[in-house]
Amino acid sequence: MTTADSSPAGRPQSDMFDYLLRLGDDRLVLGHRLSEWCGHAPILEEDIALANIALDLVGQANLLLTHAAQKEDAGRDADALAYLRDGIDFKNSLLVELPKGDFAWTIARQFLFSVYAMLQAEALQRAADKELAGIAAKMHKESRYHVRHSGEWMLKLGDGTDESHARLQEAVNDLWRYTGELFLSDDVEQRLVGQRLAVDSSSLEPRWREQVNDVFNRARIATPEVKWMQRGGRGGRHTEYLGHMLAEMQILQRQHPGASW
Amino acid sequence: MTRSAAPLTREELFAVLDEVMDPEVPALSVVELGIVRDVEIGGEGVTVTVTPTYSGCPAMTVIERDIEGALRAQGVVHVEIRTSYSPAWTTDWIAADAREKLRAYGIAPPGPADHDAPIAIGRRRPSVRCPYCGSGDTQMRSEFGSTACKAIHVCTSCNQPFEEFKAI
Repeated sequence: MTTADSSPAGRPQSDMFDYLLRLGDDRLVLGHRLSEWCGHAPILEEDIALANIALDLVGQANLLLTHAAQKEDAGRDADALAYLRDGIDFKNSLLVELPKGDFAWTIARQFLFSVYAMLQAEALQRAADKELAGIAAKMHKESRYHVRHSGEWMLKLGDGTDESHARLQEAVNDLWRYTGELFLSDDVEQRLVGQRLAVDSSSLEPRWREQVNDVFNRARIATPEVKWMQRGGRGGRHTEYLGHMLAEMQILQRQHPGASW
Repeated sequence: MTRSAAPLTREELFAVLDEVMDPEVPALSVVELGIVRDVEIGGEGVTVTVTPTYSGCPAMTVIERDIEGALRAQGVVHVEIRTSYSPAWTTDWIAADAREKLRAYGIAPPGPADHDAPIAIGRRRPSVRCPYCGSGDTQMRSEFGSTACKAIHVCTSCNQPFEEFKAI
């Protein structure tokens, strides 16, 4: 412990910064992906719904990245973390950065992520870091209706027409290999778990599977038999899609640094 | 430098803030909504603790500006706004008389927030009473409305679409 604590990577401050980036980046990147539906959703109600959920996620990211910036204490704020970091410094899971796909694909990803986010936020409400615990309490309430929104659509699409069922099953088949990363724990996380500053990601998997399988069964969706899971996002190793997304998301602050409304 | 003759008491400050309406739900004040959590009088001025309704609520900046403006208009020179996330805001903080104001404004008030109940996916939820005609024969159109905090319903009895303040 002493050697780990003396190295920069092992300092609690820097572990916490890293951990808050993982939480914040998941929500920032997914919020941006969802915002791409604005004006393009199949019906007006869903356009509003997806934009509202995107707003929740970006709002959560703002709180988490603000807290991360305070922990880092290097003069950066949430905007600098969101708009002036390169892809390699983003710690989001690969799942959230993939392109939005069709409506079924977006719904499937929202459902898989929202159940995870809900269980994670539920546990983080008991974190020893009071600020994080408070943010988690807000996230937990919001993630509950995110789960309900995407869960209802899982049933409608999965148990709907042959076309909607086929598209949803295909989406789940595509996405499944990106879900394993959500439940991987590592040294950074484990050091924080020991201080009640983080939740052990692997501990969330059994309940996640239970809740996901329940909806899959009712939506007549088969759980894919994928053995090998993709990973890398938590360590900054991303798919090619993230860079393209960041180019669009960050262009304003990159070209006009400090621009504001 | 002139100071106001008699500094406002905590109760008077709350009364001032009770005149600050929520920009997106102008039927209720920021005090009635439970956004203002505390008001403290310090040596230099006044510190107002607020909590956001939703983490992405775009109205928060406007609300903070309105709070500061209302207090300055009453002669408070230094206004500090502090944001607190814990305990997390809940619609359960909206009192009975404020709920009646919402209904009279045409927004169905929120039901009880059950944070720990299992999420009912694909199960019929109890219908929301129409704030216009009082009928219980209504249908939800969308869980998301003009703002993050509202859902859209339509009344089958009087054919009136209406918004519901979502329980959270």
